[in-house]
Amino acid sequence: MNVLWLQSAGCGGCTMSLLCAEAPGVFDLLEGAGIKMLWHPALSVESGSEVRRLLDDIETGQIALDVLCIEGSILMGPKGTGKFQMLSGTGRSMLDWVTSLAPLAHNVVAVGTCATYGGVTSSGGNPAGAIGVQYDGHQRGGALPSDFRAQSGLPVINVAGCPTHPDWVTETLMLLASDALDAGSLDKLGRPLFYAENLVHHACPKNEFYEYKASAEKLSQMGCMMEHLGCVGTQAVGDCNIRGWNGGGSCTRAGYPCINCTAPEFEEPNHPFTQTPKFAGIPVGLPSDMPKAWFMALASLSKAATPKRLAENAVADRVEVTPQIRSGKK
Amino acid sequence: MTERSLLVGPFNRVEGDLEIRLEVADGHVTAAYANSPMYRGFEPMMIGKDPMDALTITPRICGICSISQSSAASAALANAAGISAAPQGALAATLMHGIENLCDHLTHFNLFFCADFARPAYANRAWHPAAVDRFTAMEGSATRACIEARAEILHIVGLLGGKWPHTLAIQPGGVTRAPTARDRIRILSTLAAFRRYLEKVVFGAPVEAFLALSDADQLAAWDTGDAGLFMRIAEDLELGKMGAGPGRYMSFGAYPLPEGRAMKAGLWSDGACSPVETDQIREDLSHAWMMGKAAHPSKGVTIPDEDMRDTAYSWCKAPRLAGQTVETGAFARQVIDGHPAAVDLAARGSSVFARVAGRLIEVARTQILLETWAKAITPEARFMDDFSTPQSGQGTGLVEAARGALGHWIDIRNGKIAGYQIIAPTTWNFSPRDANGTPGPVEAALEGAPAAEDEDTPLAVQHIVRSFDPCMVCTVH
Repeated sequence: MNVLWLQSAGCGGCTMSLLCAEAPGVFDLLEGAGIKMLWHPALSVESGSEVRRLLDDIETGQIALDVLCIEGSILMGPKGTGKFQMLSGTGRSMLDWVTSLAPLAHNVVAVGTCATYGGVTSSGGNPAGAIGVQYDGHQRGGALPSDFRAQSGLPVINVAGCPTHPDWVTETLMLLASDALDAGSLDKLGRPLFYAENLVHHACPKNEFYEYKASAEKLSQMGCMMEHLGCVGTQAVGDCNIRGWNGGGSCTRAGYPCINCTAPEFEEPNHPFTQTPKFAGIPVGLPSDMPKAWFMALASLSKAATPKRLAENAVADRVEVTPQIRSGKK
Repeated sequence: MTERSLLVGPFNRVEGDLEIRLEVADGHVTAAYANSPMYRGFEPMMIGKDPMDALTITPRICGICSISQSSAASAALANAAGISAAPQGALAATLMHGIENLCDHLTHFNLFFCADFARPAYANRAWHPAAVDRFTAMEGSATRACIEARAEILHIVGLLGGKWPHTLAIQPGGVTRAPTARDRIRILSTLAAFRRYLEKVVFGAPVEAFLALSDADQLAAWDTGDAGLFMRIAEDLELGKMGAGPGRYMSFGAYPLPEGRAMKAGLWSDGACSPVETDQIREDLSHAWMMGKAAHPSKGVTIPDEDMRDTAYSWCKAPRLAGQTVETGAFARQVIDGHPAAVDLAARGSSVFARVAGRLIEVARTQILLETWAKAITPEARFMDDFSTPQSGQGTGLVEAARGALGHWIDIRNGKIAGYQIIAPTTWNFSPRDANGTPGPVEAALEGAPAAEDEDTPLAVQHIVRSFDPCMVCTVH
């Protein structure tokens, strides 16, 4: 299976994250799965005219394109021209290249939340007119129309994340290479379910604090960050805390809130990222699938039952009170 | 006399988008124009936001210098508030920053720069079989060893900062997670493994031995590890005579710690070092698709010229220090910090060789610094001090990214961001011409580069451009 990778308007961080794949490293992994990069802007040797010839050969059908990966949002500005990003050396905008190449590809994979939904590049009034490959935030229809289907019949596969976990990308490609990814493998926003069927909350080390609503009041404290610090791990999809990042880390494991970077429009939460919006002192956002009345009832009950150990540790930057050891039976 | 014009792009194995236009006469480049062809608008994006949101948004300017951007944003906020981070928090943040810079240098050396030596165009060179074995893109044995070692050392960032890139752990008051005694020994063991990689693969000898090289001749004579292979290639291709820069080097000083910066700040020119007068910085807009007048970043604005006027050719502004171009990067840092081999190289004139050798010197130095910092972690200390955002104030955050001097200038009014300007290292190095017509550093470095009749993407041009390790996503942001 061959892959052409284009970097549209993003930070390149999804590629940098991809290089963090381990056991085996990304090149061994892709080679083992029979995946060959036709060209990647950060990794391939070809430059300049060599690349232009390759793009011509793909565009004219002389090279069949199995997977087109697009990393970064698509810029529509200025004035709808797409000229805020020209693919250098070609005299054509990235918008033009993407709309030309995508219909030729057997599958199209949008890598990262910029490519999927617009992402951080569309933040703050969206100065460059950034949109996703097949979505504009929550709205279907991006650089490609909402009814776009690749040659395989699938819509754009949205590997969302800011950045993407290396395994989300490699496993998506490996599933495609083994013909094991179909429409039923994606959620309603086009994200592969193998990671989007989980919530960031799952396996979060702060879960016991969450259970008793023992909350951190400031960053660096150990308690649950939902009540005060903007954490939306109970609503955000991703297996971050099951899989672990860079040897086992995650945002919440490092003591800062989940900002729902796998979701459309996470870049504009309408409140500061590390503050929880509240109404009458109660957090506005509720955990996914949780009826409000039950959440309120359980929260007040569990808060009343918070053990001293959790109450104290929640506002400390390290474990101050260790679990009680029961004395053995005599 | 034969004259022609070349458009070089897509220019890959640089981070982000770059297009170079060349005027060539009689087989040599006579003029070069560096175009940064992508504009996203991070500076206008920040206006009206909560100041702390800079810590979430600005790292996402760049996926390879993400912690550098975090560090600069955090420093600018701390500066605006008039506080400094908890000392141990600053240490943990610096440890993460040093790891990012070290990884970037090795990614550049193995994946971005040396891959060109495996090209068939060099098939008749004695070193070519070794270069093919080690550096072939995506396949070379050095390439694969590098990404595995890189992934493992980034475990330290995973442990302290959750993930890389785009961690939110670095805050004006310190870091969000206090490492334990157990974390400290894991960090030291990961660093010990990385030292083994450097000494077995990159240098083929103790890092201290490489660091002890005291002049350019000793550097060039180094013959072990992939560094030794590079020295043989560099001598054969005369990379020491290729791609001279402006001869003025600038560093903001790397790794601000309570006891001072681990590498000195300064401006090096004509063999003498002086302080960087940051109030003398102006961003010239004459050849950039930007509206407005040249300004200091504390007063600058970012308004793109949506008509893309013909007299401009890049989205990149042209920063100048007291009206002059300066080169920034690992080589500049080592010259300013006084490493004898770097100073000797600078005296002989900068080049492709000097930039890559400077980076290798810094790899060795950074390994030792990281070990020193990790040992100094005191788990019982505080890693975060209280911080509250000022209602108004201006702040400057000056740090050193892998690629050189990075500055953030923030203006806070009524509790919101009223102004945010960023000058990244490659903004300096890959700036377009200014109002005087003076080319930016890479544009000047390309003048005189060989471009044979049968080359439409000249190899010498590629070596010169990549020797700067440009980060184009940071450049315009």
